[in-house]
Parts: sequence; structure tokens; C-alpha cells
Amino acid sequence: MLKKLAISAVAALTFAAGGAMAAGGESHIEDVDFSFEGPFGTFDQNQLQRGLKVYTEVCAACHGLRYVPLRTLSDDGGPHFSEAQVRAYAAENFEVYDEELDDTRPAKPADFFPGSNLENAPDLSLMAKARAGFHGPEGTGLNQLFKGMGGPEYITSILTGYTGKEKTQAGTTFYENTAFPGGWIAMGPPLEDGLVDFDDDHANDLHHMAEDVSAFLMWTAEPKMMARKQAGFIGVFALFILTVLLYLTNKRLWAPHKGKKTA
Amino acid sequence: MSGIPHDHYEPKTGAEKWLHHRLPIVGLIYGTLMIPTPKNLNWWWIWGIVLAFCLALQIVTGIVLVMHYTPHVDMAFASIEHIMRDVNGGHMIRYLHMNGASLFFAAVYIHMFRGLFYGSYKAPREVTWIIGMLIYLLMMATGFMGYVLPWGQMSFWGATVITGLFGAIPFVGDALQTFLLGGPAVDNATLNRFFSLHYLLPFVIAGLVILHIWAFHHTGNNNPTGVEVRRGSKEEAEKDTLPFWPYFVIKDLFALGVVLVIFFAIVGFMPNYLGHPDNYIEANPLATPAHIVPEWYFLPFYAILRAFTGDVWVVMFASWITGGIIDAKFFGVLAMFGAIAVMALTPWLDTSTVRSGRFRPMFKWWFRLLILDFFVLMWAGAMPAEPPYSTISLIGATYWFAYFLVILPLLGVFETPETPPATIEDDFNDHNGTPAE
Repeated sequence: MLKKLAISAVAALTFAAGGAMAAGGESHIEDVDFSFEGPFGTFDQNQLQRGLKVYTEVCAACHGLRYVPLRTLSDDGGPHFSEAQVRAYAAENFEVYDEELDDTRPAKPADFFPGSNLENAPDLSLMAKARAGFHGPEGTGLNQLFKGMGGPEYITSILTGYTGKEKTQAGTTFYENTAFPGGWIAMGPPLEDGLVDFDDDHANDLHHMAEDVSAFLMWTAEPKMMARKQAGFIGVFALFILTVLLYLTNKRLWAPHKGKKTA
Repeated sequence: MSGIPHDHYEPKTGAEKWLHHRLPIVGLIYGTLMIPTPKNLNWWWIWGIVLAFCLALQIVTGIVLVMHYTPHVDMAFASIEHIMRDVNGGHMIRYLHMNGASLFFAAVYIHMFRGLFYGSYKAPREVTWIIGMLIYLLMMATGFMGYVLPWGQMSFWGATVITGLFGAIPFVGDALQTFLLGGPAVDNATLNRFFSLHYLLPFVIAGLVILHIWAFHHTGNNNPTGVEVRRGSKEEAEKDTLPFWPYFVIKDLFALGVVLVIFFAIVGFMPNYLGHPDNYIEANPLATPAHIVPEWYFLPFYAILRAFTGDVWVVMFASWITGGIIDAKFFGVLAMFGAIAVMALTPWLDTSTVRSGRFRPMFKWWFRLLILDFFVLMWAGAMPAEPPYSTISLIGATYWFAYFLVILPLLGVFETPETPPATIEDDFNDHNGTPAE
């Protein structure tokens, strides 16, 4: 009976995934093996730092991260810069408007990242959670159980999915992209091999940079991921122990009322 | 409280007697906890406890979330991000609340289908069943309004679509929709009233839960055989039952533990699996999402809503006979609410003399098909409203209504049920062996 129960619970949950699906067209999303996937996955601090560099030098020209406080760059479970580094980074890279001064000033750790500079460039704070790369099979979303939701994969696939073809429609140039729903995206190819140099001399080909910035955007979307997984482990572990004890208690409690099975 | 003969609370010490003469609350608690419970209850009977836990979890996490949430169209989305990033433990509280809703609905569906299989709705438990259906309706309203509060894209567009259903009602629809929204479209007034009601309704649910428990404590629990507890004497009743405390409390807590291990794994490791990615995009009244999909627990009924398009003959017939008053949209709304209404009417639609599905050889298969139908509808509800999914939805919706309106009434006539065991004691001993005296 317990087995039946477990099966029904799993069935309910897996079918439930239908709600998480959205038909994504025929776009091609590559399954990247990120370090933060799975229950044991953690953010790679160096990768987040490289991703921040790509974001700052490339993405930030148009896009913003308006929900992300700069101070969180020094948090545990994130890029984990020193506070001095964050202060320097904020002041060097961003100007913010200060109501008291009625003027702009260099950003401080207490400020947020600026929003998007272009009206039609979406804010990237939550982009890695606002897209799902995987929907199948047959729209059930079951493969998300094994591959993850696919948000960071979607970003990587967009950044690496340009075919080089362009078309102009009503004065706007569109670029063919194998990952974008519909196949044509208004954003030009932002990255190319060797565009950003990393301090740790990590490979800076297009694909590596795309993965790094995707990982960084996963962190901006889910900065408490490491704490969450830790809480999950504590919860699962403690409840498991409690459940085993309750099982034994229950067995003992009922034993006098049950006989030996005759049939 | 129960009609089953059992021991009552007797105050012993002076203080107990003093209180008992003024407010017999200890007696009430004693009577509730010590209720004689059929000892053959199987594992499908544990979901009531899971549901009680869910209600408590949602209220407690919800109250904490309200301390940090701002119900305003310009600030709601940002305040959720504030909870996720800056509030101590805020991300866990919010994910518990988000996924708690899913657990709540998963549990309520299993609980309902358990009742449908074992005939728990049948006399004399119709009132328990009806109160349960009211709780389910309120849960749907509460869940829907809660989903609007983060003010993401699905929040906004889900609210637009669902309140639009009321707009489909002939003559008064438009006025009613405007009244519900507090304006011509989903806006700040809508968000505020949904917030207010989302906070209120769980307490109404809690009140109904007390009535639900009171009702089945009065009639006694149903059980897998559908055979009533013998009530001739206390000795006889004690052969069929065991007190709720400690036997069923411990059993239910063990089952709750198993459920919570799975629940915590989901919250900890894949908290967004059951949600929709679009709700991490702030609401934008100018940009409609490619597919507006409700939460998974509404999908079967969403599929029924969309199944009845203008080219289905019953819809054309209804439109013709009412002179166009019932159009396809209104028909869909009627079908959706009708799909829930027929469930509420089950006590009077089921004509079988045998209560439990365990002893109904034909019923078993129709019931299994209903479960399958429920999942097919859930899947079809998530797919775009186009062939072949619309056809699948229509077939699924047809079976749903046929099960309740045709099959259940006819089965009672055509089916020859097996003979249930004479007593609960017999059933229990058949499954567990006769205990040594």
C-alpha cells in the first residue's frame, strides 16, 4: 500500500509539471552541464566572477539588473568578492541618480545595479528563472526533473545560437537564432571569441563566456540557492529520521492488535 | 459526539471538575481525540491529516509573508524579490508557501478520489461531502487569488482570463466583472481586493474544516469496506474500532512524515518545478504571454472550460434553443462549474446499494477510467487550444460528465456487487490475522 501511495504521489507531481510547461516552438536548447545543477550542485565562485565580468563589459551596455543589490556580490554562496572589491567595482562601473544630491554619483554597495539602458532590452535579474529551456516530452515537462528547468541553458543557447543570417523588417534588423522562439531575435550577437579577457586566464571563447554569464545570471535570479539546498538537506534529513521513528512507534503500537497472517 | 458507544470524559480532580462545570472544553477535546475509529482504515485515509497540516502551513507562512509584502501594482513584484533576497529565510518561507499550495491541492484531490472510490459521500455522510466540496471551492478561489499577488505575467493574465469568465454570463456579466475587478480591467483595485480575500478565505476554510470534522465525527468514519461500525454495545463497537489517539494519530503522523520528506525535497531542490517561468516576469498589461496557463491544479477544469467550442453540437444546440443567450464562452463556464457541481451531487447520483468500490466489480473499472481521465484533462489543459488537444479535452470532458450523470446512476441498476464482509473486525482480521487472545 505504501508503495502505491508513493507511486500516486510521484504521479501527481510529475503530471503536475504540465503547469510548468509552455510550448517553446521548435527552438533548440543545448543541455549544459552546469555546476549548480542537482541537489548537490553549487555555484562555482570563479565562474560567477567571470560571468560578472562578461555582464559588466558586454550585457550592461543595454541590459540592467535592477532587483540585485550590489552589496550581495560579497555574499556567501555568490561571487563572494571582498567588501573592498565590491566598493571599488560599484564606483568604477556605475553611476546612479541620488535624490538628495539631485545629481548622479558613483554607485555604492548599498545601491542596486542600474536598470536597462534600452527600453526594449529586458531586465536580466530574473531571466534565468523567467525562461524554461525544456518542456517535453509532449509538453508534460517531465524532462525538467532530470535536466533542470533549463533557464541558464536557454541563455547560453541564445548567446551561442546565432547563425549569422540577418533580415530587416519595418526598419528593424533581426538576427537568426536557433534558440529563440520564432527563430529571429532583435538583439545582435553580443559575444564573440576572445571579447572579454579573464583575470584567471580562463578560456574566453564564445561558448565559455556564454556559460559563465549564464551561471552568473542564475545567481542573480536565485542568490540564495546554496542556502536553500542546505535547508532542503536539513529538512529532508531531519524529517527522514522522524519518519523512521514514527514508523517504528506505529508498528509497535499496532502489533498487539494484529495477529499472524493466516491466509 | 459520535453515535458509536464509547467512554466519555470524567473529570477527576477538583480543578478539572471546576472547569468542566463551567466550560466542558477538556471533554470536547477528549471526545474529539478519542473518537472510535474503524481499525481497518487503509493508507488512503491519511490525507485528512496532510490537509490539516497544509492549512496550518499556508496560514503560518502566509502571515509571515504578509509582513514583507506590498499589495500595490508598482511594488508587489519588487516586494517579492525583497522577500527572496533580503528577508532572513524569506526565500524558504516563500517557496514553502508556493509549493505548499501544490501539496494542498495534491492532497485534496487524493482525499476526494478516496471518498469517490469508497463511497464516503453516501448516506449518512452527504453533509460531510458537501462541506468538503465547499472547502474545495474556497481553496480554488484562495489559490487563484494567491497566484495573482506576486504580480507576474501569469498572475496578471490569469486574473484577466478567470475574471473574464464572469463577463461571459449573459446580461449581467460585464457589470459583474467590473464589480469584481473594481474597475474596467485588472489593476491596483483588483490586486488589493484579492490580497484582502486571500488573507480572509483561509480562516473561512478553517471554520468549514471544523464543521467537516464535526460532521464525520457525528456519523463516524467511513472505512474501506463501507460496512458500518456495530453500535449495539460498547464491547461490540470496540471490536470494530480503536481510539483515534494514539493509534491513528501516530499512523497519520508517520504518513505525514513520508509526504513531508518528498515535499521538502521539492522545496529544497526544485522549488520552481511546479510554477510557471513567466511569473518571474513583472506583469505587463501591454504584452500578452504566448500561452496563458493556470497552475497545474486547475488544469483539468481549465481543459473542460476550453473543450466546448462553438463547433461542438451541444454548444450549437444550447445556443439555438436559448436564442443565442448561451454562447460557446458561457457554455464553457457552465461546463467548468458544472464539472465541480456534479461531484457535489454524487451522493444522489450514485444508486448502488453497496457503499465501497472494493465490492463493485464494474464500478472499479469506470472509476479507474475517471482517474485516467483526470490526468488526461490535466495534460490537455496545459496544451494549446488547438487540434488534437481540443478534441482530447472534449472527449475527456464528456467522460467526466458521463461518469457522474450516466454511469453512476446506471451502475446501481446493472451491477451485481460482491458481498462485503459482515463486520469491520472480519475485514481487519482477514488482512492482519486474528490477534492472539
